[in-house]
Amino acid sequence: MSPDEFLPILQARFPQVEFRLDPLNPQALIMSASGVPEVFGWLRDAPEAAMQYLEFSTAVDSPPDCLCVVYSLYSYTHRHRLALKVDLPRHAPTIPTLSHLWENADWNEREIYDLFGVFFSGHEDLRRLMMPEDWEGHPLRKDYSHPNLTPRPD
Amino acid sequence: MMRQFPANPDLTVEEFELNMGPQHPSTHGVLRLVLTMDGERVVRCKPVVGYLHRSIEKMAENRTYTQVIPVTDRLDYCTSMTSNYVYVMAVEDLADITVPPRAEYIRVIMSELNRIASHLLWYGTFALEVGATTPFIYGFRDREKVLDLFESTCGARLLYNYLRIGGVSRDLPEDFCERMLAFLDEWEPLIREYEDLLDENPIFYNRTKKVGFLSAEKALAYGVSGPNLRASGMARDVRREHPYAVYPELEFDVPVRTEGDVFARYRIRMEELRQSARILRQCAEKLPGGPYLEPQPLRMVLPEGETYVHLESPRGDIGCYLVSQGTDKPYRCKFRTPSFCHIAVFQHLVRDCLIPDIMAICASFDVVLPETDR
Repeated sequence: MSPDEFLPILQARFPQVEFRLDPLNPQALIMSASGVPEVFGWLRDAPEAAMQYLEFSTAVDSPPDCLCVVYSLYSYTHRHRLALKVDLPRHAPTIPTLSHLWENADWNEREIYDLFGVFFSGHEDLRRLMMPEDWEGHPLRKDYSHPNLTPRPD
Repeated sequence: MMRQFPANPDLTVEEFELNMGPQHPSTHGVLRLVLTMDGERVVRCKPVVGYLHRSIEKMAENRTYTQVIPVTDRLDYCTSMTSNYVYVMAVEDLADITVPPRAEYIRVIMSELNRIASHLLWYGTFALEVGATTPFIYGFRDREKVLDLFESTCGARLLYNYLRIGGVSRDLPEDFCERMLAFLDEWEPLIREYEDLLDENPIFYNRTKKVGFLSAEKALAYGVSGPNLRASGMARDVRREHPYAVYPELEFDVPVRTEGDVFARYRIRMEELRQSARILRQCAEKLPGGPYLEPQPLRMVLPEGETYVHLESPRGDIGCYLVSQGTDKPYRCKFRTPSFCHIAVFQHLVRDCLIPDIMAICASFDVVLPETDR
């Protein structure tokens, strides 16, 4: 199934969650944060979706207001892929964890927390993954600054 | 947790913490495992990564699309070609560039040669971890010959920076196919020799059979891919599921085993060596003429958009999620790397293992730390 086939099914099943197609990414749907983690639980377990595999999750920082968390799901049964994007407020990004659905989410979420400062509620071990424990700031944010970080000369 | 020692009620035993790494010869890089031990058995394992974090994704945001290619070399130094490949594939997908057929074939030849080089390196180091020193010499001896082929093509033996957006940086040398076929003729019978060194060896059997069992369900939940997933009974290969480049025109098998242990992961890679040789022979036969590069402007500007592409590296499913905002630099460039998932699965696998088993399990997954830490 492609995202535009998923859209009516998800809208009918989760009327309280907003879904829309992503004009920039033909593989993705944009959804509101209220649907996490129920929508993901359904996508994993429903036979027509059967997303056994969380390929990766990451984030994209879009100042000034928005920070978008991206999940890429894949089904080996149907060989289809769906990316789900959740926009969060950039000043206080919080979203429920998916680590109880896919073990792979555990480290991916730690990495996002580390590099973007997204807080995953319900995550049992939310520590920095890449940076040292006492590091300040979240390096992949667009406004991150560090004395060693200088723009490349053209 | 303190408890009574069964053999002598006057004594108590308790768990203790053991730190393995980050500078440990058997972790194939800078990996630290914090182990909680009960006697000789592992109770818990917490892998600590990040020692090799070079902020490759942040660096990519600061460079033009062409300048990112040498950075991707550093993702995984054992298979630079596939790391190059996944990145240029993402850019070509966004910019809608068609690659000349000759370049597609050259890319497949390079990926498969790199798979051989990577698996040979793995074979040597893996055998070293379980106590056999001879395979190390054999693996490295033959890997040299593959590196010679790379050197004659792009001048580099480790970090190739060979692929370009729209093709490859230079054509194959004139006698490349003859030399490659001569290498394959000489080398293919040696795979049997590699196997003889380990297969018939009772010590190797005891160290690898039924050690580090990974079920298919757990493998999927942890995002395991590549040979490690195929050793757990899932016949999944990106080259087969979502064929890219010229793979649909090539014949090859996807080896699968159901045991899910260290031995199965070793056998899968040995079979893959044969399949790579098979693919290379077909490529040498079908290699078309024509241009090897569709030249692109040095400072190319990509249209606004996002894409995710992935391909089969020797370690598994490597992917690149690329976001463009219509400028000459990537807005976000995320690499989904197989080793990242393979290290996370250790915490599950090494429970109740002995310390020497950890080394065998760690080696059997073929993790490369620069790829994990990025």
